[in-house]
Amino acid sequence: MSEALLYSEPEEELRAAVADLLADRAAWASVLARTESAEPYDTELWKTLGGGIGVAGLLVPEELGGAGASLREAAVVAEELGKAVAPVPFLGSLTATALLLAARESGNGTAALADDLLRRIAAGEQTAAVAIPFSRSPDTTYRGRVSVTPWPPREDPHEARLTGRVTSVADALPADVLLVPADGSIYVVRAADAQRTPVTTLDMTQVLCDIEFDDAPGQILAIGYAPLAQALLSAAAVLASEQLGLAEQCLKTTVEYVKTRHQFGRAVGSYQGLKHRLAQLWVQIAQARAVARYAVSSSGDEQVIAVAVAQAHCSAVAVQAAEECVQMHGGIGFTWEHPAHLYLKRAKSASIALGSPARHRRRLAELVDLPAS
Amino acid sequence: MPPLITQHDLENRIQDLLAAHDPGTTSRLDFLHARFDAGLAWLHYPPGLGGLGLPRGLQPAAEKAFAAAGAPDNEPQRIGIGLGMAAPTILGFGSDEQKQRWLRPLWCGEQVWCQLFSEPGAGSDLAALATRAVRDGEDWVVNGQKVWTSMAHEARWAILVARTDPDVPKHQGLTYFVLDMSAPGVEVRPLRQLTGEAEFNEVFLTDVRVPDSQRLGAVGEGWKVAQTTLMNERVAIGGGAAPRESGMIGVLASAWREQPEVRDPALHDRLLTLWVAAEAARLTAMRLSAQLAAGQPGPEGSAAKYAFASLNQQISSLELELLGEQGLRYDDWTMRRPETVSFVGRSPGYRYLRAKGNSIEGGTSEILLNIIAERVLGLPGEIRVDKDVAWKDLPR
Ligand SMILES: Cc1cc2nc3c(=O)[nH]c(=O)nc-3n(C[C@H](O)[C@H](O)[C@H](O)COP(=O)(O)OP(=O)(O)OC[C@H]3O[C@@H](n4cnc5c(N)ncnc54)[C@H](O)[C@@H]3O)c2cc1C
Repeated sequence: MSEALLYSEPEEELRAAVADLLADRAAWASVLARTESAEPYDTELWKTLGGGIGVAGLLVPEELGGAGASLREAAVVAEELGKAVAPVPFLGSLTATALLLAARESGNGTAALADDLLRRIAAGEQTAAVAIPFSRSPDTTYRGRVSVTPWPPREDPHEARLTGRVTSVADALPADVLLVPADGSIYVVRAADAQRTPVTTLDMTQVLCDIEFDDAPGQILAIGYAPLAQALLSAAAVLASEQLGLAEQCLKTTVEYVKTRHQFGRAVGSYQGLKHRLAQLWVQIAQARAVARYAVSSSGDEQVIAVAVAQAHCSAVAVQAAEECVQMHGGIGFTWEHPAHLYLKRAKSASIALGSPARHRRRLAELVDLPAS
Repeated sequence: MPPLITQHDLENRIQDLLAAHDPGTTSRLDFLHARFDAGLAWLHYPPGLGGLGLPRGLQPAAEKAFAAAGAPDNEPQRIGIGLGMAAPTILGFGSDEQKQRWLRPLWCGEQVWCQLFSEPGAGSDLAALATRAVRDGEDWVVNGQKVWTSMAHEARWAILVARTDPDVPKHQGLTYFVLDMSAPGVEVRPLRQLTGEAEFNEVFLTDVRVPDSQRLGAVGEGWKVAQTTLMNERVAIGGGAAPRESGMIGVLASAWREQPEVRDPALHDRLLTLWVAAEAARLTAMRLSAQLAAGQPGPEGSAAKYAFASLNQQISSLELELLGEQGLRYDDWTMRRPETVSFVGRSPGYRYLRAKGNSIEGGTSEILLNIIAERVLGLPGEIRVDKDVAWKDLPR
């Protein structure tokens, strides 16, 4: 197992390809400029990443045209995206893909529908998103506000009509297809059949939207929410790696800055008050790496524990790294013209996404038998 | 010894003022003028300058009495730098004429003040600043660039530290001025901050003429005068007697009480830990303001400001975590030019982001801890390589 905590050679190659592309196409200044533009997503970048490098079909089996890779590879991509706070719908797309895979394996729905969608995703023809609030943690039994309208006469048992509302959904804006949990089953709805309203987000590089379904036609994908829980677990595992990448980037930028910024005739990094905190952050990040790697390498019951640990730990480390980045840059770190705030906003938002650290700790209390009372 | 004024006398004076100038019928400014002239503005200031030489601790009761009578206040959020920093410095170092000239319109909110201290190369190390002031007849001619200047876009006056002698070590060659922000050569450019708005600015000074009559303190004594401003700034940010659950903790406590659906047992203990810390900071600030006579605060104000910043950050961070989904949202990123500085206002996301500035503005938390360690505890200072070198010979 301990080998699995390292990066493999193919993983490093994938990382290098993604990093090169992002260096070229997602410099922070352009990321910042995009946040206030009419096009908050970088669709061109996503096309190259998704199709060119094959990131969209990473988890999709080879027989469906994907790379047949595991969460480990996805996590490496997430690290790089975290470093660049890149505005692409990677996490949302990954969540949807994981849901489709779980639905396919559960065998209680329509595997053909899942296969078809997975094939399109891998081919870069379509993007899917799961219609669930971004803050939802994998542990909770989800009870949403979308319901299935009785729709007799029912000619096709696979068809239904959906009505209701979901708020703060990640990456649904550029999606063609929505996977919608409703009344205990999961339905596939064409995004064009729902009304999506973008919301103003704390993390300006992560677009969320509210979705309204008004008698929208849906096709059943799976019965039960087990595939949903599995998908959120996978997403949370990969998010930990995004947080790791973000924290690393914050540390790197800060270390560079405190080496060059002089006050009182000395580099401010020479003051122990800063130096020790940066060293501590490095220790935390080294732990975050181990924890995040473990979350994407384990499986079964162990993965449930590993993901709760990773989310509780990496969320906190990313927020701390981004906060230190602002603080150690002084006044300049508080300005719009400096990238630090993009990281701060992503870090804080990501800590809430897929369950806050407190929620994951509470879940852990059950898993490792440490009850509150 | 001036005759002692009792709490009872004070209440009578307030009632007399309210009777003579009914807030219901008197214009806002007339009322504030009358309040200032009656010595009921800042009670600890001397008679004739808006005060009665009373202990600071009486101020909250007076504010309460005026508020209860529906009297207008001087909108302290608009004039924080004037009230908290410029005024005590003018009081400490200004001539009688300067005090008469500036303090009344300052307190009454007729004139907003800003602080032209920080420069791109001189933040924590303020004494290294490079803005030059050169004597020319009865004037000084000022050239340089200031940065992070809060509210410069609203200000009529600025307190300014400039270098008047580059040939001596950095702390010795500074002089303190009051600068007219409407003078030719003052250019204010907005500097947007991470909240989306531009509360602060860059200020470019090009051949700005400042009459010598607007100098505060002696030539070359600017550092000493600036210390007074900074010590007061820290008390203004972190100190001050306030009721229980005011500020950030009040917002969080209300969220917990009013939105049962966001309560999370895993966060309950953290909420109460912060509540206790906020109460401890509040009582410490109250004690500090009672200790401060009309005199100038010392390094203990740094402790109050340090605690304030750290608490604001922890509380606003917990608020977002508590709110969950709502915490993923923000109210508005539109670039605006606020008229007031508010730490608590607007949305949870704003509070979280704005609080990040609390440990930078008015001296970073690291600098405040250095002050406590060195000036309060007497621990040996950091090795200083620049203290005895002429400013012009410092590496840059
Ligand atoms: C919201 C806001 C409002 C402001 N308003 C004003 C204003 O109205 N007028 C004005 O003049 N200025 C204002 N400032 C500027 C503020 O005073 C400076 O930003 C602050 O003093 C820090 O200076 P700096 O930005 O140059 O950071 P630096 O001094 O470069 O500091 C960088 C980092 O190094 C650390 N550091 C520096 N020296 C030491 C040391 N000896 N030991 C340990 N750590 C150290 C700092 O703590 C910080 O973390 C404002 C700043 C903010 C954020």
